[in-house]
Amino acid sequence: MTILMQAENIRRHYPVGGGLFGKKGIVKAVDGVSFTLREGETLAVVGESGCGKSTLARVATLIEPPSDGTLRIDDAVVADDAARSRMRLSVQMVFQNPFGSLNPRKTVGAILQEPLEINSRGDARAREAAARAMMDKVGLRQDQFGRYPHMFSGGQRQRIAIARALMLNPRIVVADEPVSALDVSIQAQVLNLMMDLQDELKLAYLFISHDLSVVRHIAREVMVMYCGRPVEHGPKDTIFAAPRHPYTQMLLAATPSIDPARRKQSVAIKGELPSPLNPPIGCAFASRCRHATDRCTAERPEPRPVAGHAVACHHAETVMQA
Amino acid sequence: MSGAVAPMPGRLALFWRSFAENRGAVVGLAIMVVLIIISVLADVLALHSPIEQFRAHFLIPPIWQEGGVWAFPLGTDDVGRDMLSRLIYGARLSLIIGFSVASLALLTGTTLGLTAAFAGGVVDVFIMRLMDILLVFPSLLLAIVIVAILGPGLFNAMLAVVVVTLPGYTRLARASALSELARDYVTATRSAGASTLRLMFDVVLPNCAAPLIVQVSLGFAVAILDAAALGFLGLGAQPPTPEWGTMLSGALQFYQRAWWVLALPGLAILFTVLAFNLVGDGLRDALDPKLKR
Repeated sequence: MTILMQAENIRRHYPVGGGLFGKKGIVKAVDGVSFTLREGETLAVVGESGCGKSTLARVATLIEPPSDGTLRIDDAVVADDAARSRMRLSVQMVFQNPFGSLNPRKTVGAILQEPLEINSRGDARAREAAARAMMDKVGLRQDQFGRYPHMFSGGQRQRIAIARALMLNPRIVVADEPVSALDVSIQAQVLNLMMDLQDELKLAYLFISHDLSVVRHIAREVMVMYCGRPVEHGPKDTIFAAPRHPYTQMLLAATPSIDPARRKQSVAIKGELPSPLNPPIGCAFASRCRHATDRCTAERPEPRPVAGHAVACHHAETVMQA
Repeated sequence: MSGAVAPMPGRLALFWRSFAENRGAVVGLAIMVVLIIISVLADVLALHSPIEQFRAHFLIPPIWQEGGVWAFPLGTDDVGRDMLSRLIYGARLSLIIGFSVASLALLTGTTLGLTAAFAGGVVDVFIMRLMDILLVFPSLLLAIVIVAILGPGLFNAMLAVVVVTLPGYTRLARASALSELARDYVTATRSAGASTLRLMFDVVLPNCAAPLIVQVSLGFAVAILDAAALGFLGLGAQPPTPEWGTMLSGALQFYQRAWWVLALPGLAILFTVLAFNLVGDGLRDALDPKLKR
């Protein structure tokens, strides 16, 4: 499979505070993330709120430059602003909230034609034809071409948002929690649409989510993030079957399930995320981890290969048995 | 329910429905329409030229009072000019003042506000602090200072009112642009490669239109009032221009024996400003979803 995007040690830090009297600080929203996106595959990034998922999405969409680390698209390094605006078109984004991601003053037709118009692709007739063809593809009716976004339901709006993202024929789509604002009954429809489109167009998805059942449905590879850093990264099947990091284990145990046989012993996650303004020296998860030892609070674990996963835990080999 | 699908009500129909809920706004709109008709047809409606002096008829009272003459339905002023004709031409002048001041202030203010919101940093600080400085002074005093520098006259008075009302538009445009900029559809258009100008005027501005439209309709009233005030102080339109504020100041000394030279232009200003304020309130109720029940 062709590699479309490669990220090495991406960091994104924000300066905060300052002002007239305040002390300046740095929020390490994303702190050293590496991944590879291949044609036709989905990498899911999971983690709780505030772990840096959305920042990673913004960096991957080239909306924001990384503070450090390299991002390659098709083997070309995205080095400066010029390169970023040139390559931006090959990565498009689907947003979380379908009620904020569509311009309320434009019709569906205008929204879909806008990306083509901006990049002056084709004449007016060709653009309209392309927009109408895309509406067919995502399951919208032709008579909805002239309607405004407020006339649609959440699921239909998300279809429009997906259609817009695909208008420029991107090869990578970054989806930031694309179904978390939708009804559960609609979620499956939208996910299936995304998977069909992936098969048809050979798209690579960077799929951000906090919902593990959604991830189980769509992903091929899973990266679990905690406090801006990846804690476990590997193929979906083994991550779900045999998680190696205590945090992944807790996340999986917390997923609700209808089938009593699949319910795992619930392990309560106690405490809060450590402040990203002042992260601990050692393992960020140590304060909430029941396997934590002195080494965990003193030394930060780097990701290392354990049973086919990249796991950032000093005790990855032993926690499985516990 | 019948089998036929009712057509979805258009934006305009929905807007009219919520606008018409407000009785005052409809009354204001009616007065506005009458004023517009009067000022368009001023040449036909007026019986005399607004500046022609009838030497035989000084301070004739309106017809319903003793001594009234049909040739001058609302009487004449101290130099024998027909009050009705002057009021009619005054309406035209006031609407022109309101329209030019409000549109110029809207144009400049919106451009400044959008620039501040998009540029951020030093540019933002510079523009907004400049607007804060303008806001520090009482508006009429500032207008008087500006006219004193530029010299009295209708055009300079209008410019002064534009400068005085500018901060309102700028702050409003900046605030609504900032809140729109944070929304995802702007990011989506940006990641499709849109230029800043396109983002400003094609994407963000139409979504900031509602509060700006309200501000313009209220700004119309402020412009007419301020221009009349400057005229009253002798800094705006100069005699014999039939401007309502100027008419008031010229008639001040006759308030005891000829009430009509003072009351009629005053009432004209009152009703015009009231009409625009009512329409502005109605527009705000209809356009601003935050105030909707």
